[in-house]
Formats: sequence, structure tokens, C-alpha cells
Amino acid sequence: MKVEAVSIHVESLSRKWENFSIHDVSLRVADGEYFIVLGPTGAGKTLLLELIAGFHKLDSGKIWINNVDVTGFPPEKRGIGFVPQEYMLFPHMTVAENVEFGLKMHNIPQAERQKMVKETLEFMGLSHMHGRHPMTLSGGEQQKTALARALVIKPKILLLDEPLSALDISTQKKMQNGLKRIHEELKITTVHVTHNQVEAFILADRLAIMNDGTTIQTGSPEQVFHKPKDDFVARFVGFENLFNGKILETQGGVAKIDIGGVMVEAVTERVGGCMIGVRPDDIIVSRQPFKSSMRNTLKGKFVDFVDMGSLVSLIVNVNSASFVALITKRSFLEMKLKKGSEVYLLFKASAVHVI
Amino acid sequence: MKEVWLREKSLFMVASAILGFLMLVLILLPIINTVTLSVDKLGSALMNFETRDAIFASFYAAFLATLFTFVFGVPLAYVLARYNFHGKSIIDASIDLPILIPHDAAGIALLLLFGPRTIIGAGFSSIGIKFIDTLFGIVLAMVFVSSPFMIRSAEEAFKAINPDVEKVARSLGASNFKAFLHVTFPLAFRGILTGCLLTWARSISEFGAVIILASVPRTAPVYLYDVFVNQGLSAAVAVTALLIITAVAIFVIIKLVTAKPLKPIY
Repeated sequence: MKVEAVSIHVESLSRKWENFSIHDVSLRVADGEYFIVLGPTGAGKTLLLELIAGFHKLDSGKIWINNVDVTGFPPEKRGIGFVPQEYMLFPHMTVAENVEFGLKMHNIPQAERQKMVKETLEFMGLSHMHGRHPMTLSGGEQQKTALARALVIKPKILLLDEPLSALDISTQKKMQNGLKRIHEELKITTVHVTHNQVEAFILADRLAIMNDGTTIQTGSPEQVFHKPKDDFVARFVGFENLFNGKILETQGGVAKIDIGGVMVEAVTERVGGCMIGVRPDDIIVSRQPFKSSMRNTLKGKFVDFVDMGSLVSLIVNVNSASFVALITKRSFLEMKLKKGSEVYLLFKASAVHVI
Repeated sequence: MKEVWLREKSLFMVASAILGFLMLVLILLPIINTVTLSVDKLGSALMNFETRDAIFASFYAAFLATLFTFVFGVPLAYVLARYNFHGKSIIDASIDLPILIPHDAAGIALLLLFGPRTIIGAGFSSIGIKFIDTLFGIVLAMVFVSSPFMIRSAEEAFKAINPDVEKVARSLGASNFKAFLHVTFPLAFRGILTGCLLTWARSISEFGAVIILASVPRTAPVYLYDVFVNQGLSAAVAVTALLIITAVAIFVIIKLVTAKPLKPIY
């Protein structure tokens, strides 16, 4: 079977691993695409990546890389670049020797090897570190070296396992930009595994949400983050306000939904039972009701808050429904809320996602 | 409160130091005493060709035994460190058996298997390898008793290496063997070298299993036993001191090798 313009094609992939299994995973990653597999710890993301890399045999399923069936190929024959979570630089080699290793394994002549290592180190901004040993490098430098080592062999696809998770926050942001730059310049098909939603939103052309050994939803970041397929995806991408409800009537594409005695309006054509989700950052909190284009104004009682530095997460009970809303610290202080204070929650009908 | 705690701690430290010192005395005093008593006789002992031959035979046989356990023991250590399989725990436990079995019993067990009247012994004999009173017998006995040191040292060294470095090497185009050769082995090198030195040292000191299989050519411990039985204590002192000095030299080398910081070997 041949698939055009698809760089990675995974079909019905399954593998049992001790007490865990990956089951029936299918993916298509387009040529030059930056594809992110997003999911919580223990979802099976790393195992999926390692199966694509060929480190383990499949129980069933097929894998194509650039239209070639590589299911039975060992890792060294798949044309992959792999960067594991902890980078795994070879500690007994210098930065230059680490980068050169793959070229040696591919029997590239020495003169050409040295030229390619020099060019790659320059591209990654590592020229001045060529003689250093990995243990003397910072986290960011180690990551750059691991990327240089993977890229120098000009792999068909690049596999990144949580490449930013071992870095501090400021280095993470720098390296996020670094990954974006590398991808824009080299256009290499990339599969990046992470549990970080922000990372996924910033870097991904498309992403797949994974949980419990299988993919649940695949699409663009906008599709997945704003139109989650089920309550797990909704929760994972930040819909903290999830309620079971019943659609009572629909008029002009706007539905009235009863969530345990609280009426909420949402944009949907659906009928019957449903679940709704509202992001905490889509809710405006006010001490007085005011007129606006927002169709939902709910009166509730302020119950508690969590101070998150520049932001404050408020918990507001509306009848039996407990809402979480995110406001700035300044707004919170200006409102002078006390436990039991009456507050109004306002949000658009389009901010209500019906699952 | 703080003072009471300090006093309790210092009492504990003093008691520990005294007990530890007594242990050290028990270890060091016989060694120092023997070497001191034999200082004036060391030269003549070293000049004796029988002594030199015995020490050389021990070193050479121990070298061959180390080479053998390296070739067969390191792969076993790698398999144990990297893979899980049915019966692994039985294999794992059986590796330490040579340490538990009395060494003369080990010699008899080897004799029962490799003796001239056994199938295996006759098979080896047909290709010119005999184990009774030969260098092969000495090496066989040494391999049996010292192999756990090689296997365990190498196994620990392999376990300390994250398998993900091998995965990266594979992704970069290395076959299983090349990943082992260029990445795993250099990283485990110091642990394996320690295993080699321990195996060699343990082989040199082996007496019980060796004398059952091969009383000739005489290794140093067998020669020492002969001197002690036939010539008495005073004649054995200088040979004993020479063996002790050799053992201490090996110990110092092991310490130097294992204390060195990691340097690139590749």
C-alpha cells in the first residue's frame, strides 16, 4: 500500500507492554508537518514514539515512513532522528564526537564527516562547544547537542520525546523558539511527544490527544483545544467547568441547556442530553450584572479562591453547579470579595462547548 | 536538648571508631607481622627459581582464567542486565554458587565432570586437552571459582547505563553489535576492568579447587602449602610475604582504576 504526501503512516498499531498496552493507534503525519502527541503521564506516548522508531516489535499493525513499509525494519534502517527525554548524550564523547557518531555509523568519509559536523554545530550555535563533554553542558546546550546529533544524519523524520520537559521555564521558552526555527528552516517531518498543552498549542501544525494507550482526537490545535471530542479531552485542554445537561430547546442555532437547575445558552444544533464545557478564562466575573453581548449571566456565591500569582482562580457556586473562573489579581483585589459575596458570571454562548 | 544529642552522637562515634579500629587491627596485623618478619628473606625467596616459577604459573593461569571469563562472562552479564526472561532468577542465583561452595568441593565437582574417565574429560582428552595436573586444570578451577566476580562487576556496570543511550545509537545507524561496541562497552569499561582485576586476583589466591585438579604445575598457593608441610613455618614466611605483597599491589591497582574520573575511551 502506498500513501502519497504522507511522511508517517501508522495503521492499527497495537503492542502489549507488561501491564500496559497501546491499542489500535492510527496516525497520518504529512510531509514536513510538526505533529504533536499530547497526553498525560502514562498515556503511552513514549511507547508509541519508540514503536515508530522500531525499538520494539509490534503485536499488530503497520508503519510506513515516506511510503516505505518499515514495520519489520530495525531502527538503524528506518532513517529516523531520535531525541529521548533525557537527551542521552554519549558521556564518553565530546560534543563534536557525539554529532559525528551517526555519520561514522553510516560510513561517511572522514573529510565529509568533519564538514557536516562543522556545519551542523554552526547551525545549532554550538561551534564553540565542540570539544566539551556532555557533563559540562547546561540543559539547553545538551538539548541542542542531542538535536544536532539527530539532525546531522539528515533523517527522514525526527522523533522528539518530551524534549523540553527537563529544562527550566526560561530555557524551555528559548528552546521552543529554537525548535520552531529548526522546523521552519529544515521542513523535517517531526513527531513530538509532550504532556504540555502550551507547548503543543505553540508548536503543532496538528496534534493527537492520547490517553490510556490510544489516540482520542486528532486535529489542528484550534480544533482540539476549542472543540474537544469528549470530557477527557475537554478536561485535559483546560475546560474546568464541565457539567451534564439537557438541551431543552433550540432556536436560531442557540440552545437553552439545563445544567441541574441552571439555564445556560450555547451555540449548537443538538438536542437531548449532553455535556457542556466552559473555560475558566472565558468567564467574566462582576459584582453587578451589566448589559453586554454575552448571553449568559449567572448569579452565584463566591466560595473560595486559589492565588496563582498574577492570576486568581475563583470558585463560584451557582445553585448546585460549582464554576471556576480565572481573573487577574488586580481585579480580584478591586472587587473586595468575601466568602459568600454575591457575584455574576458572564460568558458568551459561543464559549460554551457542547460535547 | 542539643547538648544531649551531641553527647549521644559523639559517644556513638567513639564506640564505632573503637570497634572499627579493632576490626582493622585483625585485618592488618597478621599481614604487617608476616611482611616484617620476612624482610631480610624476601630477596632470597625471590631468587629461588621454584618460588618464581610458582608465582609466574599463578599469574599466567590467572590471566588465562580472566581472559576466559571475560569472553564468556561479559556477554552473560549483558544478557542478565538488559533482558527479562523465564528462568532468569534461577540463572541469576546460580552465578553466585561458586562463592558459596567450599573450594575443595568445587575441585571435586570439576574432577567428577572433567576427569579422564568421564565422557566430557575423554572428549577433551581426544583433542589433547587434559585437566589433571595440567595448566588447563588450573585454569578450569580458577574460572569456576572466580567467574562470579567478572559477571557481577560487568552486570552492575551494564545496569548503570541507561538503555536509552543504546536506542539513540541504534537510531543513528548503529547495529545492535556496533551500539554495544561503541557506546555500551566503553561506558561499562571501568566496571568490566574492575571485574577483570578481581577475577585475576581471586584466581591467583585459589588453592582448594586447584590442588584437587592439578597439584602440578605448582601455583603459588600450592607451592606455599608444599613448603609449609615439607620445610616448616620459617621457610614458608618469605613466600607468604611475597604473595601478600603481590595481593596488596593488585588491590592498589584496583583502587586506582576505580577511583579515576570518567574519561573518554572511545
